[in-house]
Amino acid sequence: MRMIKFLLLAILLAPFVAHSSGQEVKLDKAPIDRADKESLQRGAKGFVEYCLTCHGANFMRFNRHHDIGMSEDDIRADLIHTGQKTGDLMEAAMRKKEAEGWFGVVPPDLSVIARARGADWLYTYLRTFYQDTSTYSGWNNLIFDKVAMPHVLHHLQGWQVLEPGTGNLVQTKPGTMTKEEYDRFVADLVNYMVYLGEPHAPYRRELGITVLLFLFGMLGLTYLLKKEYWRDIH
Amino acid sequence: MSKQQNSMMEWIDKRFPLTITWKAHLSEYYAPKNFNFWYYFGSLALLVLVNQLLTGIFLTMNYKPDAGMAFASVEYIMRDVDFGWLIRYMHSTGASMFFVVVYLHMFRGMMYGSYRKPRELLWLIGMAIFFVLMSMAFTGYILPWGQMSYWGAQVIVSMFGAIPVIGDTLSNWILGDFMLSDAALNRFFAYHVVTLPVLIVVLVFVHIIALHETGSNNPDGIEIKANKDPHTGLPVDGIPFHPYYTVKDIFGVVGFLIVFCGIIFFAPEMGGYFLEDNNFIPANPLHTPDHIAPVWYFTPYYSMLRAVTVNFLGVDAKLWGVILMAASVVIFCFLPWLDRSPVKSIRYKGPYFKFALTLFVISFFVLGWLGTKSPTPLYTLLAQIFTVIYFAFFLLMPWYSKIDKTKPEPKNVTK
Repeated sequence: MRMIKFLLLAILLAPFVAHSSGQEVKLDKAPIDRADKESLQRGAKGFVEYCLTCHGANFMRFNRHHDIGMSEDDIRADLIHTGQKTGDLMEAAMRKKEAEGWFGVVPPDLSVIARARGADWLYTYLRTFYQDTSTYSGWNNLIFDKVAMPHVLHHLQGWQVLEPGTGNLVQTKPGTMTKEEYDRFVADLVNYMVYLGEPHAPYRRELGITVLLFLFGMLGLTYLLKKEYWRDIH
Repeated sequence: MSKQQNSMMEWIDKRFPLTITWKAHLSEYYAPKNFNFWYYFGSLALLVLVNQLLTGIFLTMNYKPDAGMAFASVEYIMRDVDFGWLIRYMHSTGASMFFVVVYLHMFRGMMYGSYRKPRELLWLIGMAIFFVLMSMAFTGYILPWGQMSYWGAQVIVSMFGAIPVIGDTLSNWILGDFMLSDAALNRFFAYHVVTLPVLIVVLVFVHIIALHETGSNNPDGIEIKANKDPHTGLPVDGIPFHPYYTVKDIFGVVGFLIVFCGIIFFAPEMGGYFLEDNNFIPANPLHTPDHIAPVWYFTPYYSMLRAVTVNFLGVDAKLWGVILMAASVVIFCFLPWLDRSPVKSIRYKGPYFKFALTLFVISFFVLGWLGTKSPTPLYTLLAQIFTVIYFAFFLLMPWYSKIDKTKPEPKNVTK
């Protein structure tokens, strides 16, 4: 019986076994707090300003940002720059055909990018662009080799090159932000993209606690019911 | 019952055998009184089936089976449909949990010899349900039209292409196109929401009818019908299914729901096992992902598919892989005739069987784990070793189950 119990445990625990992917470059841990609404709002503004020109977030509506504490007026003032209605989807300003001509690919939609790539990947990716004359755009990336996307945030982060031999990134010209400021800026952006990937997630967890509390109560009651019925079975 | 209700029942019973059916399958269906933890998973499988049918209906109301719209319609369900995220997670988690409970249900049968005479046909009907379930999982996983939907399906359909002579024609016929496209998405949607659900419901019904004909097995593997009370004619070790097992199963259902809801509300992707990361990227026929892995419940068979690396007897390695993979699932059907032990239950079987079953479970897990990984020479070697162990469990069973040192079975069921 002991063997069987062990096997049972193994079966139940199997799905929890951490899944490791064969990542060569170590990813930096994204310092994000999903409950920090100010960070999310800063991230939303940064996203609209820098990302939404080329990338869409076609599954997200502007007025959904009530979730992160923005009023209808905030949304109109801070997020909508091209005359859409608040109920509209967040579509890219750029046309797909043009984008394809400029970059060779249509920039991917970012609605669920955080669910595909993970927060740490995005946080690392946005901080590891470097100049590379061998590529079409003049930029390359440590964790996404020959990426079609140019480093659109370089005037904030500054210019970096890859140091031959060590593989480290070295700044050749500073941007308008210090390293700390830029890391914070990217963290806000990533925090926002995590929210964007699953806007209902905080509500899901909140509801989950209620549901589980109810079920644990029911477990006790149904156990007593079973015990009562089975009293005469020996 | 009041007089009015009585006459009402009479009226119905003259026209439909309601009371008889109720008695035959619930209040006077005698089940062994010693069911343990493992006996929850049959009724739980039924619960998950109902969950899949109900949530599936609501998903269909907003899902668009169109290669250009499918991915967006799933996100529309997740964001703009009221509680759409809950319905979708119930369905996606239900798919994985269906396999969890069915695997445990099958393992129960293997431990206690529930496939043995007179339950061979019951076991075969169960296997038919398992095949339909696998088809359900396959056709359902295509529908979100993400990268894993697309490339996972591509891998599975390409297996038909490995069949000599007719392979290419057959895969074109299945896809309705020369590649996986909108045509295939549409037909797989039709299978997933009409054909297969109807089949599975009918088969589950037949499975239960067959079960109630032979009666349930139990952890001791003895026939309770062989030991009847001379006065009442009822099995001494039997108790009516209702109310005893209905109240017990309700407790089991609540326990299961705690796990189920725990996943739905706190870890719906289950670390990339239930919803794979790459499936949040829309399907792109021009971009093959670096690493294609099926969902966890198919990974043991996928490992065996990849384990064959040499051409053999003039047959291509790929075709051998496909044959081996099909055999790894179909071989369960032969269990009733492979097992030659004089006893049914693991409780009275000898050390050989216990050892073999343990090795089998380990190989199932190792092969499952390997199936989620990119192949390396070491992993392929491991997959080959454990594939041999997996098949040895079945193929050597007529031998080791016969020479095994068994214990005598009791006359009455034990705790």
